[in-house]
Amino acid sequence: MRIRLKAKKKMGAFSIALNADIAGDRIGIFGDSGSGKSTIVNLVSGLLQPDNGEIFLDDECLFSNQQGINLPPEQRRIAIVFQQAMLFPHLSVKSNLLYGYKRCRLEHRSIKPEALIELLKIKPLLERGVNRLSGGEKQRVALGRAVLANPRLLLMDEPLSALDDTLRFQIIPYLRSVSEEFNIPYLFISHSITEMQLMADQILVINNGEVLEETTPEQLARNRMARSQNGYLNLFRLVDPVDQNGLFSYPWGKNHLLISTGNSSGESLFELSSRDIILFKKNPEAISARNLLQCTVTELFDSDGRVGVVLSAKGEKLIAEIVRAAADELSITPGSTLFAAIKASSFRKLR
Amino acid sequence: MLLTPEDITAIGLSLQVALTATLISLPFGFATAWLLVFKTLRGKVVLEVLVNLPLTLPPVVIGYFLLLLLGKNGWLGKVLAETGIQLIFTWKAAVIASAVVGFPLLVRSIRLGMESIDRQLLDASRSLGASWYDSLMTIILPLSLRGIFSGSSLMFARSLGEFGATIIVAGNMPGRTQTIPLAIYDYTSSPSSTTMALSLCLVSVGISVAVLLLHEMLGKQLDRSSAL
Repeated sequence: MRIRLKAKKKMGAFSIALNADIAGDRIGIFGDSGSGKSTIVNLVSGLLQPDNGEIFLDDECLFSNQQGINLPPEQRRIAIVFQQAMLFPHLSVKSNLLYGYKRCRLEHRSIKPEALIELLKIKPLLERGVNRLSGGEKQRVALGRAVLANPRLLLMDEPLSALDDTLRFQIIPYLRSVSEEFNIPYLFISHSITEMQLMADQILVINNGEVLEETTPEQLARNRMARSQNGYLNLFRLVDPVDQNGLFSYPWGKNHLLISTGNSSGESLFELSSRDIILFKKNPEAISARNLLQCTVTELFDSDGRVGVVLSAKGEKLIAEIVRAAADELSITPGSTLFAAIKASSFRKLR
Repeated sequence: MLLTPEDITAIGLSLQVALTATLISLPFGFATAWLLVFKTLRGKVVLEVLVNLPLTLPPVVIGYFLLLLLGKNGWLGKVLAETGIQLIFTWKAAVIASAVVGFPLLVRSIRLGMESIDRQLLDASRSLGASWYDSLMTIILPLSLRGIFSGSSLMFARSLGEFGATIIVAGNMPGRTQTIPLAIYDYTSSPSSTTMALSLCLVSVGISVAVLLLHEMLGKQLDRSSAL
């Protein structure tokens, strides 16, 4: 999918001037609140009309003031998952799910409701009224409703920010698997770097109503390492732990990670801040941290004066953050060998 | 309780006038509330003032304006007279008077209901393939039902009590245009009819209480079904 967006819109004191041409099936729109992210959603979906410009989805023109084209939202086949689920309060879960499906032309109906209901695990909710659902259930139904409209593009407008942390990371796999299973490209809007890392391949960074840069989640996370509250967040998807003196021992490539909180079954997702990794030049032999990994430095990068050290632990990537003086003292260069110490309690379980 | 056949007719006519006025006003009230809530219009203030004017004007003034408009020499009255329609001094004129006087109440209630609808629900329905009209019928209308019910019952109750505008445009003809308030007015002007007046007053109270009870019950019913 390719989106070409060249649009200006003035709304009171705020104005937005976008110029972007981005291709991909998992595109992130990143920016602080008030930067104009949601305005992009409204412009692309047709809920808001630009003052002037052009909007193309693949080769189809959605809006062009020169050609006098402005496709109404119902003809764009672009569905939205909102921050709040926005389920229709007077309809049952089932009627909500089928709202867009019923209005979708027959030739576009490729997604079977049964398959989606199965995937989202919402079958027991079908006959319920929407006011009796929990936050996570609501968002799953809202996702199902959007997907069943058989859209050619899904706009996810901060769909996770109204949820608490635990729920947020439970919903992410649904968002991804639905898009992959049914082949629907999406724009994912968020101000969270972790969410970007989990959801997007390419990212447009928006600031003050303008496109600041086009980047990748990895690059974005590295650039923001020094400024971000938790540094760079290393993400681990780990399975099959064994119990080791009350700790969970997870295989991580050819390494083992000892983690204090885990799940005995299924996949778990952990994050580890770049600031929670201590680097040693030599093997410290006896330390209290439960993880000591021998690593090779593969790359160094600068982020606002801090040094990001990209490490390889038997082929697995890890990023640590140190200050410039430490990097000089340890004389770290690509190729040098280091020992990374990580406390078992530093891993934060997301899911 | 003493009710003459003419009183019974007055009661029937009152109900008929109030019901007709309410039913006729409903689509217009809904459309006006929708315009005021969801549309950006130039001159919205003017529409707003116009809609609310009957709420503050003395009903007699409204009646007089209607008389000027619909009377034999009024600009609408003339046109209607040519097609053989006469409104003034018929029960239809009472309907028009009630409709005009009760209209602001109807619009206000529907509007309150509509204002509580989250705009993003409409965005959602549009992005799911609903045209503006589809969205109006499947989202706005069902979510305004509460406002529509309370507006209708308010307007119905107000119409039952309509006096000032009605007496001017419809007159006070027993058996033809005399509604409950007009009949009571007649009784009160002759000192011997106190009991008769009181009987009609009691009927009036009874109907009002019934309408208000129905209003409450429907409201509760709607609350319950929306809390499913």
